[in-house]
Amino acid sequence: MKKHWLYICLVILACNVGCNDKDFLNVKPSDVLQNDQLWNDEGLILSVLADLYDRYPDRQTDVNNSPIPSMVVQTIDNWGEFARFDEAFASENGQYWRHGASDYPYVFPGMIVKGAGEVTYWDYAYIRELNIFIDKCGTSTKLKQEVKNRFIAEARYLRAVVYFEEVKRVGGVPLILQPMTYDYKGDPAYLQHARAKESEIYDFVISEMDTVRKYLPAGAVSKTRATAGLALATKTRAALYAGSIARHGVTTPQVSLPGGEAGIPVAKANDYYTIALNAAKELINSGSYALYKKNADNFTQNFISLFIDKGANPEVIFAKDFKLQSGRVQPWTLWSQPRSNAEEQQGGRLNPSLNLVQSFELLDNTFAPLNINAPGGGYVYYNDPLDLFANRDPRLAATVILPGSEFKDKKVDIWAGYIRRNGDIVTGDNFGAKSRLEPNGPEVQVVGYDGPVNNLEFSAQSGFIIRKYMDPTVGSGRIGTQSEVWWIRYRYAEVLLNAAEAAFELGQRDVAAGYINQVRERAGFKIPLTAADMTFDRIVHERKVELAFEGHEFWDMKRWRLAHKVWNGVRTALTTNPGKSDEPSTRVFALWPYKVYDPGSPNNGKYIFKQVLPGAVTSAHGFRLGNYYAAINDDIRNNNPKIVKNPNQ
Amino acid sequence: MKANIQYAILIAWGILSVSCKKDNYKAPSGAFSGRLVYQGQPVNVSYNEVYFELWEPGWGKSTPIVVNVSQDGSFSALLFDASYKLVIPAAQGPFRSLTDKTTNSDTILLQLSGNLTRDIEVLPYYMIRQAKFTAAGRKVTATFAAEQIIKDAAAKDIERVSLYICKTQFVDGRNSVATKDMSGAAITDPAGISLQVDVPALVPEQKTVFARVGLKIAGVEDMIYSPVQEVAL
Repeated sequence: MKKHWLYICLVILACNVGCNDKDFLNVKPSDVLQNDQLWNDEGLILSVLADLYDRYPDRQTDVNNSPIPSMVVQTIDNWGEFARFDEAFASENGQYWRHGASDYPYVFPGMIVKGAGEVTYWDYAYIRELNIFIDKCGTSTKLKQEVKNRFIAEARYLRAVVYFEEVKRVGGVPLILQPMTYDYKGDPAYLQHARAKESEIYDFVISEMDTVRKYLPAGAVSKTRATAGLALATKTRAALYAGSIARHGVTTPQVSLPGGEAGIPVAKANDYYTIALNAAKELINSGSYALYKKNADNFTQNFISLFIDKGANPEVIFAKDFKLQSGRVQPWTLWSQPRSNAEEQQGGRLNPSLNLVQSFELLDNTFAPLNINAPGGGYVYYNDPLDLFANRDPRLAATVILPGSEFKDKKVDIWAGYIRRNGDIVTGDNFGAKSRLEPNGPEVQVVGYDGPVNNLEFSAQSGFIIRKYMDPTVGSGRIGTQSEVWWIRYRYAEVLLNAAEAAFELGQRDVAAGYINQVRERAGFKIPLTAADMTFDRIVHERKVELAFEGHEFWDMKRWRLAHKVWNGVRTALTTNPGKSDEPSTRVFALWPYKVYDPGSPNNGKYIFKQVLPGAVTSAHGFRLGNYYAAINDDIRNNNPKIVKNPNQ
Repeated sequence: MKANIQYAILIAWGILSVSCKKDNYKAPSGAFSGRLVYQGQPVNVSYNEVYFELWEPGWGKSTPIVVNVSQDGSFSALLFDASYKLVIPAAQGPFRSLTDKTTNSDTILLQLSGNLTRDIEVLPYYMIRQAKFTAAGRKVTATFAAEQIIKDAAAKDIERVSLYICKTQFVDGRNSVATKDMSGAAITDPAGISLQVDVPALVPEQKTVFARVGLKIAGVEDMIYSPVQEVAL
């Protein structure tokens, strides 16, 4: 009994002493930064901003290991997505489905969520954090005004970019510019906002660019943070997209909504094109950027270096940077290095298609399929496989590793086998496989160490390997080292092509020719295009070859409303008219070199080429009209009944 | 020792037999089947291209059950007994939905208890009539009539007609081995269209091929087809 009294006294004592000291409950945590600490420290704000930059919407994360949704985009750390259309073949066992699937899902291109497959790109979590940043950074009292303005402008730039990505995929979305907070009163209706018009989102992006560039540094002071030049480049791209949706959207009235959430009235086309042209002109006249011409005597090497030269590169406006031994490296070269001189037991994944290769025009500005079949039957014989590609656009050899060309100072070994006089093929089923050409002869190599072998992963199954962005540094193909070549999101040549397209659509063909010729002259063309040469097909073609494997093709085809014509789901043969913009191109074709085995004949040892369809290409790509605007998932519409359906729903 | 194993088996058997009943729902058993029809004639489409949605109201969040329509216009789905709302999305099919008399909209009410067979009447832009396929050697000839059904302000032109030859009974442009197209402008008499195509050598060789004709309506994504016919070469 005595003990009880003791306990009761102790408890009373503890309560009295503990509650007296109010400061005891106000101890600042040592592991979490407080608002007033964070928003008054320039270095801390910069690290918050760095995280926001890192989530710029072209990120790729490994969906199998991470709960973070990853976006379906074509970037330097997601090689497979480049094989989704007609630019390339994916030479890896787990990626052949891209060539066996006919239709694209209606939510494509969305986000991959762990365990849930592909869902609508609807990244309001990121937008909310950007809104909070803008809100809180504005409350800072100790920062210098110009520092604060720059931080806020950068966050606003990123926010506009997210909306730009949203509108490219799903059309108009709710425009949320304040961090919203739930009041726990049971009625969330005040948080539910209807979709804005598609044009309103584009208008928002354009006007934001005008605002933020006042606070961003002028000139090319940074390639990895927002600058005034980047704001102009984004403005011209956004305005051009909006203009072409207005102009070309009239051919697809089925994919518009009466409320304007999808589709832009054709009457607005000229306004948008004018904005695009003026913004591009302003950037061009600013003199901050220029075309990359460091190797003026070698056009091919120049175009290769443009993407891998990170030292004072005048063409790059905005890039995602990587650094060796920092944890931020990229495996583009590891994935696609030629198997014959690979630094690991892998490589050769991304194989540009014959469809793309034959699109590169001849130096006299004309188009022609590759000359592989002699008139009247038989093959055309070449001493060197590179001779087939002679007199083509120098950008071809800079974009694609051609058979017979070099990578890392070693010739690649791409040939599919020996062909006898009677047409019989002698080949093997592995890299550099050996076989006998004569019944009692010696065993000789009968297939290249890079392939191509049908259905053998890592072999150059299209007969080509990607070269753009491939890093020639020793170690770039090692898993433990990888590459620090950056991923260019905006570059000056695109701005010139944007200006050319906008001018063309406004009827100023001579202006358009002037801009497009700058790009073509740098590429190595001697004969400039005249105003009369300027056609819509020319615009489409130039972007296709200049910007191949830079993540532009899909969005371009979409905004021109060409996607459903080019990827029409019908099994068509390879076009013989590669300069025409709406020729169907639904399957990736390959071009396989063979060595001639015909002792005694003058053709012995020469090369012939065969056009083949890789075995994994079993379906024709079908881009349906409903793919122009991705479906908005049911759970989004359940949470917010004000969201109207897209045309495919 | 022996007793232990016997106990273990007995307990395991007991757990297995009891636990399976505990938390399993009965699988849906009511079959809803039918065809898309126009005046009793089935509307033939591509496989996996046309679908409609069944919405079951009353739950917290609404997610439709998607029912795909087969090549011959038929469909079937196993469902729980409930009342459903059937909607054909506007972008689907080479036809327009008819206004339902009960709901005065494109929504059709379904009351499902047990099996239900019901055809859905739609209004196609065109119908392909009297399709006949004949083969002479390796040349397949199709004759058919394209009858325009919607003739009012919503009428649409024929973009093209196509004859498809396939190795299997799934016949459309996606897996045809031989295709003959004729543009809508080249059609002189819609009541008597004739298309011819040579069947290429097939690997492995087969004695019959499957053929049908399709009609692409300008501005409508999904095509309307004739029934599939097996043609002996």
